[in-house]
Amino acid sequence: MSDRLKIAMPKGRIYKQASKLFREAGLPIPDEIDDTRKLIIEIPEAGMDFIMAKPVDVPTYVEYGAADVGVVGKDVLMEENRDVYELLDLGIARCRMSLIGLPDRKPGHTVRVATKYPNVASQYFRENGQQVEVIKLNGSIELAPLIGLADHIVDMVETGQTIRENGLVEIKTIFHITSRLIANRVSYRMKSGQIEALCKQLQRVIPGHELSGNQA
Amino acid sequence: MSKPKVFEKPSGMKDYLPGAVTRLRSIESRVLACMEKWGYRQIMTPTLEYYDTVGVTSATSDRKLFKLLDNRGTTLVMRSDMTTPIARVIASLLKDEPLPIRLAYHASVFRAIEEEAGRDAEFYQTGVELVGDPSPDADAEVIALTVASLQAAGITHFKLAMGHQGLLNGLLQEWLQDRPDAQEQLKERLLARDYVGYRRVIRGLDVSAEVQAKLEGILELRGGKEVCSKVSEYTSDESTRAAIHDLCEIWEALSAYGVQEHAMIDLTMIGNFSYYTGMIFEAYSAELGFPVASGGRYDNLLQQFGRPAPATGFALKTTRILDILGAGEEQAKRVLIAYVPEQRREAYQLAAGLRERDGYAVETRCLGSGVSGQSPEQTAEGKLAYMGKMYDEIILLAGEDGGERDE
Repeated sequence: MSDRLKIAMPKGRIYKQASKLFREAGLPIPDEIDDTRKLIIEIPEAGMDFIMAKPVDVPTYVEYGAADVGVVGKDVLMEENRDVYELLDLGIARCRMSLIGLPDRKPGHTVRVATKYPNVASQYFRENGQQVEVIKLNGSIELAPLIGLADHIVDMVETGQTIRENGLVEIKTIFHITSRLIANRVSYRMKSGQIEALCKQLQRVIPGHELSGNQA
Repeated sequence: MSKPKVFEKPSGMKDYLPGAVTRLRSIESRVLACMEKWGYRQIMTPTLEYYDTVGVTSATSDRKLFKLLDNRGTTLVMRSDMTTPIARVIASLLKDEPLPIRLAYHASVFRAIEEEAGRDAEFYQTGVELVGDPSPDADAEVIALTVASLQAAGITHFKLAMGHQGLLNGLLQEWLQDRPDAQEQLKERLLARDYVGYRRVIRGLDVSAEVQAKLEGILELRGGKEVCSKVSEYTSDESTRAAIHDLCEIWEALSAYGVQEHAMIDLTMIGNFSYYTGMIFEAYSAELGFPVASGGRYDNLLQQFGRPAPATGFALKTTRILDILGAGEEQAKRVLIAYVPEQRREAYQLAAGLRERDGYAVETRCLGSGVSGQSPEQTAEGKLAYMGKMYDEIILLAGEDGGERDE
């Protein structure tokens, strides 16, 4: 077993910002790995291995200890509800989880909500004392209210452009999203020195210390 | 749900095949032998308990309990831990036995699971309860015995993290008087291991900067003895000071046991079970993503069964330890005695003789009875070649002189 810290990194949108943050923190992450298609990237000079995972799978890798720590959006953490340490708000990939709908729609007898985040959506409505029918979709969620599949959607909003262009409105922000540094329960103890050092290095360069948003 | 396929089991239930059972039994017997040497006597309790007694008291959330009805319609539960049934026994069948009482167990417990693999719905625990001793020495004994048990099980590289429920409660109570809601919120975040959320709750609180700094400081209170002295500066409250003293004494006793090197203090630790009142701890091995043991002090549980008494204990997650320890256990030498019907008597005598010895597992098989199933037409020699792979030694009794053959 390697003594290097195994870090589950989310492929795609968050990765670029995360690797930038790691570099700013002074970790020697080589530039060329940004474009590699390798799934396990060894970075012995930084004492770590990157495991390139689909973002929704990052908490799973970490919970089972396949990775020691991981970088993942709060949206995924809320939806997956895994037993991991949430150590740091990295302040990157800032966006929000919102309730979205047509501007003047009167819901019918049963309210139907389409989403990629069924757990987040049902929890939100339950806390608001409303029983709704949640429909799980895998993409192009904005279609659902437009073609009458659902009354509302719950989805992640970054700029809101897609919403506006499709004539939809943000009814309410459910919570704010940033990426988080998470850790496995055992690694957090067994590799506490390495993980704490990583936290300290990252903490120094985390953008925007005032953190907006609420906590569900 | 569709009808299960014939090979399927209810989710979270497991079969243990011969190799795994050998290892499980071996871990179990070594750990129990170790516990016995510390004076803990074994106890067994029933798999089923009443929902209204053990079920409600067990601190396992309702949706994780397996419930069923008996023939009179009374709700029963499959035991979800061993601590609660043992508390029931100590308060009833053993009520006249003087305290302290030391008991050990190896048993399976049942918890309904929500997620996928990695969590068994039935799993084995090997543990102890030390009832009737409120001293820090009793807590240290339990931790030291955890170390000894892990070592007896064959785990060499591990760490323990120790917190103190009473101390944490005391600090929060002192700093956030009249704010039980805030206390609950903070504890909830710590229980969820959500440090980001914990910091956010603090920032949202309408309290002085000093209190905010102290609350955030709890996250940094990790390490050894220095944690004890640092946290003493944090409080003037009498009972909190008592809790700190308790923690320091446990730490000192761990040093006297010579197991301090494995341990660290972490005040953010919160027990998963609501019945914990004092010291709580978890043990971790580098080879596994989940804790391998956990325990703590529960001074209020016994009184729910009518015999108030302080208590402390721990449980090894034996099933998880099985995942860590690969094969490599020394197995019995497998011997086959193959014989022709005329030599049945000699074969059985030879087998009986070998079975008397240690480390032999002896099977007998009558040649010509076609037992091998797949190829009854084969010659005796052909069968033997096939069987040679399955046994360490084959003894053939198939001739006037009872010729012997080794593989």
